[in-house]
Amino acid sequence: MSPLKIKKGATSHSAYNLRPTFSDVVERHTLAVLVENEPGVLARVIGLFSGRGYNIDSLTVAEVDHTGHLSRITIVTSGTPQVIEQIKAQLGRIVTVHEVHDLTVEGASVERELAMFKVSGTGDKRVEALRLADIFRARVVDSTLESFVFEITGAPDKIDAFADLMRPLGLSDVARTGVAALSRGE
Amino acid sequence: MIVQALIDQGVDTVFGYPGGAVLPIYDEIFQQNAIRHILVRHEQGAVHAAEGYARATGKPGVVLVTSGPGATNAVTGLTDALMDSIPIVVLTGQVPTFMIGSDAFQEADTVGITRPCTKHNWLVKETDALPGVLHEAFHVATQGRPGPVLVDIPKDVQFATGTYAEPKPSVSHYQPKVKGDMEEITELVAAIEKAKKPVFYTGGGVINSGPAASQLLRELVKSTGFPITSTLMGLGSYPASGENWLGMLGMHGLYQANMAMHDCDLMINIGARFDDRITGRIDAFSPKSIKAHIDIDPSSINKVIKTDIPIVGDVGHVLEDILKVWKSRGRKTNSEALAKWWQQIEEWKAIDCLKFTQSGKTIKPQHALVRLEELTKKHDRYICTEVGQHQMWAAQYLGFEDPNRWMTSGGLGTMGYGFPASIGVQMAHPDALVINVAGEASWLMNMQEMGTAVQYNLPVKQFILNNERLGMVRQWQELLHGERYSQSWSEALPDFVKLAEAFGAKGILCSDPADLDDAIMEMINYDGPVIFDCLVEKHENCFPMIPSGKAHNEMLLGEAQTQGVIKADGAVMV
Repeated sequence: MSPLKIKKGATSHSAYNLRPTFSDVVERHTLAVLVENEPGVLARVIGLFSGRGYNIDSLTVAEVDHTGHLSRITIVTSGTPQVIEQIKAQLGRIVTVHEVHDLTVEGASVERELAMFKVSGTGDKRVEALRLADIFRARVVDSTLESFVFEITGAPDKIDAFADLMRPLGLSDVARTGVAALSRGE
Repeated sequence: MIVQALIDQGVDTVFGYPGGAVLPIYDEIFQQNAIRHILVRHEQGAVHAAEGYARATGKPGVVLVTSGPGATNAVTGLTDALMDSIPIVVLTGQVPTFMIGSDAFQEADTVGITRPCTKHNWLVKETDALPGVLHEAFHVATQGRPGPVLVDIPKDVQFATGTYAEPKPSVSHYQPKVKGDMEEITELVAAIEKAKKPVFYTGGGVINSGPAASQLLRELVKSTGFPITSTLMGLGSYPASGENWLGMLGMHGLYQANMAMHDCDLMINIGARFDDRITGRIDAFSPKSIKAHIDIDPSSINKVIKTDIPIVGDVGHVLEDILKVWKSRGRKTNSEALAKWWQQIEEWKAIDCLKFTQSGKTIKPQHALVRLEELTKKHDRYICTEVGQHQMWAAQYLGFEDPNRWMTSGGLGTMGYGFPASIGVQMAHPDALVINVAGEASWLMNMQEMGTAVQYNLPVKQFILNNERLGMVRQWQELLHGERYSQSWSEALPDFVKLAEAFGAKGILCSDPADLDDAIMEMINYDGPVIFDCLVEKHENCFPMIPSGKAHNEMLLGEAQTQGVIKADGAVMV
C-alpha cells in the first residue's frame, strides 16, 4: 500500500468538516447574552468560543442588574450562518445563560463603542489632530505640550476611521472598550 | 449537611476515594448507614462506576473524591459522561477558602479544569449556599440533556455549620423545554403518512428519556411497520429480536442498516446526534431523504446535518404526541410502497454481513460472542464493554432486548471504561449477571479495580477477548498505514488466571473452541468476580466497515475488499 501523502486541505470530506452543504458566506453578528453574574461565567462563554473554534471580534461585559444579579455580555462574532446558529444554540446551553439575542437579525439595533487615543506630536500635526478630533466630536481628556488623549464614542466604523486619520499624526496608544449594543424601539 | 442532601436526593450509593480535603465528609459517612460508600482504587474508576450505575438505573451516579489529584483523575470520566449525556454528580474536596490560590498542597483549580468537561460546575464558598447548590446540581445533571456536574467544596466550608434546606420544587431558571412544537410534529406525521422508504434512526436520547420512551418507540415502530436502526448508544430501546430491527448502523454497523439510511426518503432521527461515526462522508449522507430530528438539545439540530423537520423536546413527550396525532389522522401509511421497501431491505439482509467461519483450533472473537450470547441471553443480563474491536463485535453479535442493559463508552471512546462501569452496574443490580466484554489492552487500563470487585464480592465477569493486540489500531494500520504495526501489540501481558488469583478472584483460560461453552458456563456459575481470558484469533478484522471518507453505500464487507480503499483524504480522519 502506498505511504500517506496528505495534501493540505485534503480534508474537504473529513468527518470533522461539519458544514460542507451550508452557505459559506461569513457574516458578522452582534449577540447580547444575559448571564447570571457569578464567578466563572465569563470563562464559560470564552471557553465555549475557544473550545469550539468560534471567532470573537469584540467582547464587553458588565453587570446591568444588581438586584437581579445579571450581567450583559455583548459579543461581536463572525461565521457562516450555520456557525452563528450553532454559537447561539451553544450559548443557550450554558446553565447560567438566561437569554441570547442576535441583535443583527432581531430588528434594528444601535451599536456604540468608546475608545481612547494617545496622539503625540508637535507643530502642524498637533493642530491637525485637534481639528480632526473636533470634526469627529472626540474630546480631549488629557493634554501635555507634546500629546493629547482623545476620548471618542461611536459605532466601530467611526472609531476605525478616526484611528486611520490619527495614525500619521502620531498615534501611539489605543484603548477600546468593544461594542455595547441595544435593540431600537421598545 | 452534604450527606443529608444526598439522602434527600434519593442517593443510596456513592463511589469514592478519601483524601485530606474531604475528610470531614468521610467522617459524616462513617457515622451513618443510609448511604453506601464504595471504595474504588482510582478516581477514574469511581466516575466510570457511577456512569455504569447511572446507565443501568436511570438515576444519577454520585462520586466523592478529594482535591488536586483526586479531581484531575476524575476528568476522563467527566468528559466521558459529557459526551454520552450520562447524569452524574461529582463532589470534590478543595483546600480551605483562605488557601485557594496559594498553590497549597493538593490544590488544583478544579472548577477551571472541569469547566469544559461538565455540564455545569460550582465552587461553594459559603456553607449556607451548600444545600441549594447540591440540590441544583442534581436538577441540572438530570434535566434536559443529562450530563455530569461537579461541586467543589473547600474544607473549611465542610467543617462549618450552616442551615440545611430541603430540596424544593426547583426554583432554578434552568427548565429545558420537553414538549415538542405541535406544528412540527404534525408536519412529521404528514411525512410519515406519505413516506415510501422511511427509516427510524434512534440513539441514546431514547434511553435517557426513560423506559416509557422505549415503550412508545416500540408502539410507533410496530404500528407504522417502519424499519428501525440504532446507534451504538441506543441499543436496547428497540428489541434486537423485534421484527423491524435492522441492527446497529454506522462505521461498523450492519449492511442493511447503512443501506437503508443511504436510500431512504424519510429519516426520523430520534435522540441521536449525527455523529461522525454514523454519517461517514457528510456530503454523501442519505442524499435523497427528508430528515426529521427529535432532540432535547437545540444545539444538536443542524449542527452536522441539515434538518428539514426539527423538533426540540424530550423523546418520550414527542413520541407520545406523534402517536396521538398520527392515530387521530387515521393511522395512515403508504403500505404498498412500504412492502416494496421491505423487499429491498430483505435483499440487503440476505447478504448476511456478519457471517464468519469458525474453523480450526483458534477461537474467532465473533464465535466467542455468539456463544456468550447463546449461553447468557436468558439471564437477567447487563453488558459493559471497553473500547475497540471487541466493543463493535459485542454491539453486532449480542442482542439487547431492553434499555439500560448496555453500557459502553460511545462518544469519548474511553479504554478502561468497562470494568469500573461493570462494578457500578453490579452495585445497582446485585443479583444480575453483569459481563464486561473487554480487550486485554483496554482492560489493563483500569485493572486496579479488581480490588474493588473482590472487596465487595461483586460477581462481575470480565470476558476478555485476548488477541495480544490493540486490535482496532492494528486494523487501521493494516488498512491505511501500509501494515506497519507501530506499537499496537501487547507484550509482557500478565497471566490473567494468576492475576485473578492474586486478587482473590477466579481466573479461567480458554483457547480451544471445543472448550468454550463449558468455560463460559463455569464463568456464569461462579459466584464471584471472574477474569475470563479468551485467547482469540490475533489478526481478525472487524467488518462491515465504512472506511473513513466514504459514504454509507461504500461499505466494506470483508477482507477481499480492503485493498487500497482508504485514500489520503480519508486517512487523516480518525
